[in-house]
This record gives sequence, C-alpha cells and structure tokens, in this order.
Amino acid sequence: MTSITGHSEADAGPSGDMAATGRVGDRIFSALATGSGVFVVTLIGLVAAFLLAQAVPSLMDNKASFLTSREWQVSAGDLRFGIADLLWVTVISSVIAMAIAVPVAIGVALFLTQYAPRRLARPFASLIDLLAAVPSIVYGIWGYFVLRDFVQPVQSFVESALGWFPLFAPLTVSGTIFLASIVLAIMILPIITAISREVFDQTPAAHKEAALALGATRWEMVRTAVLPFGKPGVISASMLGLGRALGETIAVTLLLSVTRGTFSWSAFAGGETFASRIANGSAEFDTPLKTGAYIAAGLVLFLLTFAVNAVARIVIERRKAFSE
Amino acid sequence: MSTVTSSTEPSAVPSVGGGLSGLSRGRSVTNSIMTVVVYAAFLLALVPLAWILWTVLSRGYGLLMDQNWWLTSQRGITPRRVGGGAYHAILGTLVQAAVCALIAVPIAVFTAIYLVEYGRGKLARAVSFMVDILTGIPSIVAALFIYAVWVTTFGFQRVGFAVSLALVMLMIPVVVRSTEEMLKLVPNELREASYALGVPKWKTIARIVIPTALSGIITGVLLGLARVMGETAPLLILGPYSASINTSLVDGPMAALPTMIKDNFGQALQPATDRLWASALTLILLVLLLNGAGRVVARFSAVR
Amino acid sequence: MKLTLPGRVAGLSLVAALALTACGSDNTTGDSTSSAAASGGTALSGTLNGEGSSAQKNAIGEVISGYQSANPGVTVNYNATGSGAGIKQFLAGQVDFAGSDSALKSEEKDGVVETEAAKTRCGGNDAWNLPLVAGPIAVTYNLPGVDKLVLTPSVASQMFLGKITKWNDPKIAALNSGVTLPATDIKVFYRADESGTTENFTKYLNGSAPADWAAEPAKVWPGTTGEGRPQTDGVAQGVKSTEGGLSYMEWSAAKDNQLGVAQIDNGAGAVALTGETAGKAVAAAAPAGEGNDLKLKLDYAVKDAGTYPIVLVTYEVVCSKGLAADKTALVKSFLTYFASPDTQKGLEEIGYAPLPEDVRGKVVTAINAIS
Repeated sequence: MTSITGHSEADAGPSGDMAATGRVGDRIFSALATGSGVFVVTLIGLVAAFLLAQAVPSLMDNKASFLTSREWQVSAGDLRFGIADLLWVTVISSVIAMAIAVPVAIGVALFLTQYAPRRLARPFASLIDLLAAVPSIVYGIWGYFVLRDFVQPVQSFVESALGWFPLFAPLTVSGTIFLASIVLAIMILPIITAISREVFDQTPAAHKEAALALGATRWEMVRTAVLPFGKPGVISASMLGLGRALGETIAVTLLLSVTRGTFSWSAFAGGETFASRIANGSAEFDTPLKTGAYIAAGLVLFLLTFAVNAVARIVIERRKAFSE
Repeated sequence: MSTVTSSTEPSAVPSVGGGLSGLSRGRSVTNSIMTVVVYAAFLLALVPLAWILWTVLSRGYGLLMDQNWWLTSQRGITPRRVGGGAYHAILGTLVQAAVCALIAVPIAVFTAIYLVEYGRGKLARAVSFMVDILTGIPSIVAALFIYAVWVTTFGFQRVGFAVSLALVMLMIPVVVRSTEEMLKLVPNELREASYALGVPKWKTIARIVIPTALSGIITGVLLGLARVMGETAPLLILGPYSASINTSLVDGPMAALPTMIKDNFGQALQPATDRLWASALTLILLVLLLNGAGRVVARFSAVR
Repeated sequence: MKLTLPGRVAGLSLVAALALTACGSDNTTGDSTSSAAASGGTALSGTLNGEGSSAQKNAIGEVISGYQSANPGVTVNYNATGSGAGIKQFLAGQVDFAGSDSALKSEEKDGVVETEAAKTRCGGNDAWNLPLVAGPIAVTYNLPGVDKLVLTPSVASQMFLGKITKWNDPKIAALNSGVTLPATDIKVFYRADESGTTENFTKYLNGSAPADWAAEPAKVWPGTTGEGRPQTDGVAQGVKSTEGGLSYMEWSAAKDNQLGVAQIDNGAGAVALTGETAGKAVAAAAPAGEGNDLKLKLDYAVKDAGTYPIVLVTYEVVCSKGLAADKTALVKSFLTYFASPDTQKGLEEIGYAPLPEDVRGKVVTAINAIS
C-alpha cells in the first residue's frame, strides 16, 4: 500500500503546484466515490451470500426435491418443500401480464412519440407515469374489491369458448392467475412505455423523413423506420417489466387464491408465486429452518430477476454499440 | 424498406392532384385502422388510472375531511369502532423514508460521481451493471436479505430502522440513475475552466458540477422517496404494525401506511373498510405529492 | 437562479414534515371520559408490551381499549405477529407478556426448551400460562334457504378433504333429516397464510375424527381441495360470495358477515355455537399444568351434551415472579381487568366465549399470586 501511495504522490508532484489540501481532498473524494461504487457491487454479492448461507441448512434438511417437488411442509420437524408450483405460477402470471402489457405499451409509446400533438405529448406521458406512482398495495385492494367482479364474466366467456385448451381450462377459483396477470400488466405498463417512448423518440429524423418523402403513410413510416430502430429498446423494456412482474409481492398476495390440489396448466387456476408464498409465511418466521425454506424461495426469485435484468441490460448495450 | 419504395414509386411519379389520390385504398385503410389502434391503446391505458384513482378517492375521502384523521392514531380503536386517525402511520412512513434517504442519497450521489467523473474500465462497467440489477431487485428479496442480516445474523428486533435499510437498497438505484443523467449533462467546458484555474478535481465536482446538477439530484431523491414509501413487502417482513404512535426507529414496532392498509384489509367490518380506503388515499396523496414535486423540479430547472 | 425552485420545494417539504411530526397524539376521540379512579387506589402509569397470537387480536384490542380509558396513564401495546413470534420475544425479554395459542412447551424444539428458557427469563421463576381468551371456531357455509345444518367431525373432515363433493350427499343428508339440501358443489375456502386458526381447527379434526383426518395439525392448511384466501376476511368473503361455500373461521368473522354456522355433533347430539356452549368446552378441558400454571388440555372429542367442541384458547404467558415491581403492578392490574366478569362478558358480543366461572376463578387466583 505505502509504495503505491508514494508513487502517485511522485506522479502528482511535478504536474503542477496544487495545494496539499487539494491532493488530500482529491484522494478522499475519489476514495469515497470509488468506495460507493464498490459498495454497490458488493451489496449484490452480499445479498446472494446471505440468502445462500441461510437457505443451505434448510436445503440440506429438505426431504423432498427442491426443484421438482410441489410440497411445502415447513412447520413440523421434517422439512419437505419444493418450488415447482411456485416457479410455474410466477412465470405464467408474468408472461400473461407481458402478453397484455407489451402491445398496449408499444401503442401508447407510439401515440406519445408519433401521433399525439407535440404540445400534449408531455402531459400525456406524465399521466401514464402516474400509473407507476400508484403503490402496489393499492393495486392489490383495487383488484380485490373492484376489478375481480369485472374480470369474472370475461373469464367465464373465455372458459366456455376456449376451455378445451389447457391454458384456459375452466376451474372454480375466484382469485385466478388471470386476474393477477391483468393487475400486473397495468403495473408494468408504465415501465415498458417509458423506455419504449425514449427509444422511439430517438429514431433519427432522417429515417422518418426518408420514409415520408417516399410517400409512406404515417403507419408505414412507423413500421419501417420507428419500430425497427426501437426494437432492441422495446425488448429491453419488456424484460425490465418482466423482472418487475416476477417479483411483485403484495398485489399478487392479495389477489391470488391458493390452491394445493392437482396441478393445472390453466390460467384460471389459483396458486402462489415465490413472492406471495414468502409474504403468506412472513408472519410466522419462528424457527431458523422454516425461515430458511422461505429464504431459499427468495434466493431463486433473486436469481430469476437477476438473469432477466441482465438480459435486458445486454440487449440495450448492444443497441447502444450499434447506434453509436 | 424495399416494399415501401416499390409500392410508393408509381404513386409518387404522377404529381397530379394532392399526393393522396395515388394512395391505394388498402394502404390508407390500414393507416386509419392503425391510427385508431394507437389512440385506443393510449385511452385503454388511462382507464385503470382513472378507475383506481376514482375508486380510492370516492371511497376514502370521507375520513380525510376529519382533522382527527391527521392528528390521532388508531390506539384503542377496534375494527368495529369508528374514529381514530392515520397520524401514527403517516409519521412512520415519513420517518422511515427520511432515514432511508439520509443513508441512500450520499451513497447514490457518490456512486453517480464515480460513474461519471472517475469510473473507467472494468470496475465502472461492473458498478453500472450492478446498479441496473439493483433497479430490478424485487423488494421482497431486499427485505429477506435485511432480515437475514439484521434479525437472523445479528439477532436484532424487527424495527423501523431495519425497514429503512431495506428501502435504502431500493432507493439507491433511482437516485444513482437520475444523478448520473444530470452529471452527464453538465458541460465539460465548466469542468475544464475550473481545472484551468488550478482548482482541484474534488473541489470542481463539489462546487461546480454538483450545484449545476442539483435539480436532477433532488428530482431523483423525490422520485426515490415516492417509490419507497409505497413499498409493502419490506414492511411485511421487517415492520410489524402498531396502532400507537412510535417515534423510535430502534425500539418497538412502528406503523406505516401500507401496513395500516393491510391491517384493515383483514377485517370484514365497515369502520375498518372505511379506514382501508382512507389510508390508501392518504398513501396515494403522499406519493403523488412527492412525485409531482420531483417532476416540477425536473421541468423548471433542467440544465440545458 | 435556476436552483431556487428545487431549493424552495425541498425546504417546503421539510417544513411540512417537521410540522407534522410536531403535533398529533395517541389520544383518540370517544370514551376516554371515565376517570382513573375506576382502577381503585393510586393511578397507575407506564407501558406494558405484549406480542403474539393473532387469534385473540380483536379480543385483546377491545380489552386494551377499555383498560386504557380506565387507566389513562397506562399504555398497553399488543402486536399480533403470531404465537411463535410472541413466545420468542417473551423469552428474549423483549415483551412483558406473550399471547399464545399453545402453552409453553416442556420438550425440546430446535434446541430450546421453552419452559426452561422462560425460567431464565423470569429470573429463576416459573412462567405461567393463563387462559384468558376462548375463541370458538365456526364452521361456516353458504346455502340459501338452509338455516340449520348439522355436521359431525367425520363428515366435516370428508367435506374439507374433498371426499364429499356435493351438498346433497347422503352422508350429509343423514345428519339433516327434514332439510332440503341442494345439489350444489361444496366449495372449500381455507386460510392461505399461516394461522393459529388453521392449526386449532386441524387439531380438532385430527383429535375427533382421526380416521378421516390423518394429517398432523399445522399452521398451514394441509388439504388439497378448494382455494386458499388471505386472512380471515379473505375466507369470509369467499363463503359470503360463493353459493355452496364452506370454511372455518373465528366466530366473530362468521357473525360479522352473517354467515351460516353449522351445528356440531360430536356424538351427543347437535350443538349450536353460543358463548355458553363454547364456554363449556373450556370448562371441560383437563388442567395440564401444576398449581397456578393453568395450561389446559382441550378434549376435542368431548361428548358432553351442549358442549361446542371447536374452541381455541389463547394464553397470556407471564412471569410468576421476577419482573420489576412497576411492571408487576401493571401486569396484575391489566390481567385483573382482563379476567373481570364484565370484560369477559363483553367479549361474547364480538364473537368470543366468556371464560367459564371456575376457570375464571382459577385465573384470578393465579393473577393475585403474581408477585
């Protein structure tokens, strides 16, 4: 350490007549900045390390297969728990939410950047951003007390029309994955819209003007110039939205009915996501082994969102490299 | 591109009449349909917003009109009894968020400074990557992590401070990103002019760069506060509800608005249901206020 | 110039926040008119902290509310975080009493013997389990036109397990002659979260019909039929809005939602759920503790006529000795109020059963023996 310090002082010395306080200040300041950066990196590492450390004893004690079991027996002496159901419900609810939210978000982003009058685009965008400001517990109680009664007829209709398809198999549950997905879709809509809007806005004017000069209609201009340019951004935005949907806790906990019966592929079944299972158990974290089981579920959720966010980041990085 | 070019050429060549006469009927119909679809998407997105705000406002405003709502707690109020207020929960939410900001803002601002002013190479890329990961970390995972550290490892109680710590993890990325954006907008000429006068780098950053970007930092802080105040998951794991006022972050349970909503959700009685919507409205108002303030700051003081 | 606005906004919000912190109070409007003299003797003051079972949440909330208006100087906090958490906090010395749906265990669990740990916590003295809240669990249903429904533990088990799927099943009809049962599907609702209500209800089914209900009692519902809903309100709403719905919940929730409550036939004829019939189950429970430790062993298979068997007893776990003098005075005063006949009678209105007189008498003796 000392030798390095010595070197840097020697380097800094001849370059100018800076005051000693300046050099000390610089070093402290740069250390603080670098330290904060390192802290952020370490923090993610710590999250993984702590969750893993507390999940391992429970996983070692687990008498069932963690990845394939559908059981969740964590109260009594012998632990039997697995995440098969949680993984399915978490993924399918988020995917349905994406299927609803992404097309709408693209439409909204196109409206705000290509269709809306310039002067109104900004206030309109703020309106959509307001959706992101509504706390998730409010989405939860609204979905529970208000939206559910409106979704039920839609569900019955889809069930009677498409009930032969496993995803739409009729089941008699009131808090369905489908209902949770709709609420999730509303929650991630502003996230996807915001980023899509940004990339659509960056479409080079030359591309758009070229299309219009060739006589393209507005839609043709959008299809040939704006959408191709914005595609990586939209993909990245969707991944971020997906990450949000995977980890959403309280709204899903309030909305989803728990079902522990035979497994169903249907979107009209109930179930629990990683987050809602943890939330449902959170009042009774009384023994380390039991808590460890929930933490193990949390660890899987962490890895899942980590992967999704990393992909989103890589896609957007590629685009930057491409467009620069 | 090629399809457009080939199909438009014939119509573009004869310049008689308005340009539109040559437009094939099919293309103009598609264009009209898509215009309708795009407008409809926007209107569709506004439906839930209006619906939620209306629901909460119409069901919750009644209690908010009573000044007791703002001045008293739920101490001694049982689900079947009317009365009491949300003071304890508003206080808890504000105090937890404020302490969270005190910890998160310095770390976040310095991280942003590192990314913009110092960071080069691998570490900088790692930091930037991890900030993105932190943006996407589910709040319940952050809460489980703090639980694993605070309760399981150190054996401390589930108190307001632990909630603040979990919120710190959620607030840092918001502030880092908005600060970073603003620091990048500060013209390099300003920095160079300062260096030319022999001002050390740290003084340049502290005296010139940060003040210039201050509005962006404040916007980030306000938006970050708005986000963390609405978080429920950390409270489920780390912040048990209390009906009484508790000003201590390190002793005893501290109420917060999301847990107050949750507490009233579990009851089937009218007085509790009224309080459910009233506390939801209070939380929305608080969050929107901060959010609005953040946007106003951003709008009126952007460095351009 | 540009920076004045953000500065002003930040300043304004800071001032607003400070202003809010400065005022406000715990004093709630309403019945705080009764004077301190009600408690007799000198006015008490201080804070008493309790934590634990959520099954007694409404009951103790009501009791605290009344106690605090009689003793304005005293603050009693009760946090309904769960029985396990309550005992943990009590053993760690973080709270003055714990509320628990089961008494302190004398056998080892995860390396801790609760009774021994409690002795250490109380400075070498025993901790006592005092039964103060008796909460009947109602079996609720939604069948329009059916005002009276009788179930046996065996049939109830089969219904909750999905082995009986229709309301007009011959097994149900056999218990309810003269009642027209519809051919509706039975739709089971259970608690999605971990709860003491689930634990006690499964204890009952397992204890009274072990042949039909083999699953060990647990806080997580073990059945695979039907759907789980969050918290009491969730299951109550489920039954209320679903024809053919069936669930179990605290009696108070059944009352609040005006749901049908089944009569239970444990072998000595059908018994309707009232405060009196539920109280008899507590009276019939065998004492399992020594001296003033009033641990009870409920007999879920109880066959006495007029006894409603599905009852959950919540204990307040307290130190018999060893607390600081001021805390001891508060504990005694609060528990005395809790065990008084008027308080217990008031609990019946909100869906709990008043303690039977002889159990109440023993509790009072124990409270007086705390020193």
